[in-house]
Amino acid sequence: MSVDIRDLVVDRGHREVLHGISAHLPAGEITGILGPSGSGKTTLLRAVVGVQLVRSGSVMVLGVPAGAPELRHRVGYVAQSPSVYPDLTVTENVRFFAALQGHGPEAADRAMAAAGLDGVRRQLTADLSGGQLSRTSLACAMVGDPQVLVLDEPTVGQDPVLREELWSWFRSLAEQGRTLLVSSHVMDEANRCDRLLLVRDGSVLAHDTPSAVKASAGTEDLDEAFLRLIRRTSGEVA
Amino acid sequence: MTLRGTLRTAERLLRQLRHDRRTIALVLLVPSLLLTVVYYMYEQHPAVFDRIALIMLGVFPFIIMLLLTSVAMLRERTSGTLERLLTTPVRKLDLLFGYGLAFGLAATLQAVVTTTYAYLVLGMDTAGPAWSVVLIAVCNAVLGMALGLLCSAFARTEFQAVQFMPLVASPQILLCGLFVPPEAMASWLEGLSTLFPLTWSVDALMQVGSSAEITAEVWRDIGIVLGVVALALALGAATLRRRTA
Repeated sequence: MSVDIRDLVVDRGHREVLHGISAHLPAGEITGILGPSGSGKTTLLRAVVGVQLVRSGSVMVLGVPAGAPELRHRVGYVAQSPSVYPDLTVTENVRFFAALQGHGPEAADRAMAAAGLDGVRRQLTADLSGGQLSRTSLACAMVGDPQVLVLDEPTVGQDPVLREELWSWFRSLAEQGRTLLVSSHVMDEANRCDRLLLVRDGSVLAHDTPSAVKASAGTEDLDEAFLRLIRRTSGEVA
Repeated sequence: MTLRGTLRTAERLLRQLRHDRRTIALVLLVPSLLLTVVYYMYEQHPAVFDRIALIMLGVFPFIIMLLLTSVAMLRERTSGTLERLLTTPVRKLDLLFGYGLAFGLAATLQAVVTTTYAYLVLGMDTAGPAWSVVLIAVCNAVLGMALGLLCSAFARTEFQAVQFMPLVASPQILLCGLFVPPEAMASWLEGLSTLFPLTWSVDALMQVGSSAEITAEVWRDIGIVLGVVALALALGAATLRRRTA
């Protein structure tokens, strides 16, 4: 197992936001974390990266606890807000993060090309569009060639063509044996994942392949499947 | 600490500064402009100008670096770049030393420009050598930087960060000896002033003003300032958390 989450409980501001989540993410696959806003997707991703204080449970990444120093070369993280320097150019940003990982300008060039940034390399990051900005952030995370990639809503604000390109890039990274954990609230992206983790109110509703999720809900439509699973769970509670 | 992390961080900060021409101009030129004002205020009293200009050469870099660093670090904290940096192999000390190196360089440049202007254009006169004035100014800049890093931990917004300027800088500027020598103040104020690092660096500058030799007292004062810097950096490093709620 590449990422192994067991009974993860997280509090944020005196409130329990993740209630004992367990999930196992194999290498070479894209796992999609789906759920409405406020369901705990970001908190879960932050726990995998090791920047989230957790109350109990464990998160193991590549066999060591999340956030361990030896993972800093091996885990790439793209937060929801593009965490890059607005007063640097795209190239300067990506080269800086490449250098921190011990890579030269060639690695930065490759990451920018793969992220579709060749046309804006010399622009100040502050002047980019939202989509270009989040791709810059993506390039800064990819530049170290990490084994595990944790991407928080990487395709928000991207036009359909670019979104297509990003997903085929993610696919090729997974085929090379990397582990990808991608959050989204767009259901049509769920079909592109190998495995889904449907989260609602800090609990896992389903953790399976898209087709198995659809089969268990008895519908071909993932949106509808999600709704049925929610009704079924709240029915159990009531 | 790693050399790579420190150098890359410093290089990145200098690149950011390079894109911000207005800040460069403000950092390099405003102190000289203010010294010119002081020069004309005391046109009839050159000895008073010598004393005040010398102290201001130490106070400017402190204030400017305090402001620059607290806002720059706060931006790192609020924009998420700090969190991202701490997920990379970079060490906390790399970050702090990177800031020290980059802003220390900027401060050195500022001190050289302002000191040169004070000596050559405004005719400032000191018994001690000019390089020691620059040295003390740079120590003060590093002091401002270290306190700024620490302050950034206690501010949530840039608006709050600039409010630390009156809180942290004003008492030190009032009591450092710029207006009244500490020994002429009420004894409790004098006692308070000895707790402030700026008081010691102003004492060092006064020594340079009156004595041709670099006295042991100057080195002691510089040592005290650098000690406070080390303490502030250690506390600042403790505020850089890899894991947050």
